[in-house]
Amino acid sequence: MTAEQGVFIFTSFLTLFSGYMTVTRTNLVHSALFLVVALFGVAVIFVLLDAGFLAVVQVLVYIGAIAILMIFAVMLTRGNVTDEQESVSPFFGWALLLAALFAFALIVMLGQWQDVAAQAPALSAERNTVAELGAALVSPEAYVIPFEVASVLLLAALIGALVVARPQKKKR
Amino acid sequence: MIPLSWYLYLAAGLFGLGLYGVLARKNAIAILMGVELMLNAVNINIVAFWRYLTPENMGGQVFAIMVFAVAAAEVAVGLALVISVYRRRKTVAADEINLMKW
Repeated sequence: MTAEQGVFIFTSFLTLFSGYMTVTRTNLVHSALFLVVALFGVAVIFVLLDAGFLAVVQVLVYIGAIAILMIFAVMLTRGNVTDEQESVSPFFGWALLLAALFAFALIVMLGQWQDVAAQAPALSAERNTVAELGAALVSPEAYVIPFEVASVLLLAALIGALVVARPQKKKR
Repeated sequence: MIPLSWYLYLAAGLFGLGLYGVLARKNAIAILMGVELMLNAVNINIVAFWRYLTPENMGGQVFAIMVFAVAAAEVAVGLALVISVYRRRKTVAADEINLMKW
């Protein structure tokens, strides 16, 4: 077993364990902190996949913004679904069954697919994938239109979130 | 060397966990956390396929960045909705938010 495989196995177990804790803890602050660990594990997986830029973006956007936003929202809405109340819906058995069936079906399908044992082709040393990614994002022959659409989407989400969360001026 | 299948199995497991979280949790914020786990599983898949099958084409990483942007937008609007609902109804339990139930 190479060092890379060791890192992968350790990270994936950490990620899956943290994911499990995220969906099972009743205390939502603990859930959010385990979510941070799971997201960090995914960032390590990106590093193993030679996508260093995505790993940095994962830490910045997911851990730095999304997870912190989650923690803020948890703290702003405390005091209703707390430790003493049950935090899972009455249909949680069905949910468990459905999720387990889905993951099992995915794994069985992957096991029957031959390409799945493929090894990674070597990236040539002189390639700079970050520069290529930047060029692809803004080049008219590549992905500039999806890029601009994504920026409009983010602007719309920003304005929408402000409008939705703004307190009502007058009680009607 | 790590075969492609390892990444896909990890992503399948993470997606299953996220799906369970979305279906089983009562708290709307916990449901959003489950959605985040599922999006991350999908992102692992996208980047793994990029690395193993088409590393010469940057489309895989570009698509992963689109997923990041959509996830950020989704969480911003989702949490704004949760806070707005909490302000009006004093609850974030998804099964008590039934104003639009037919």
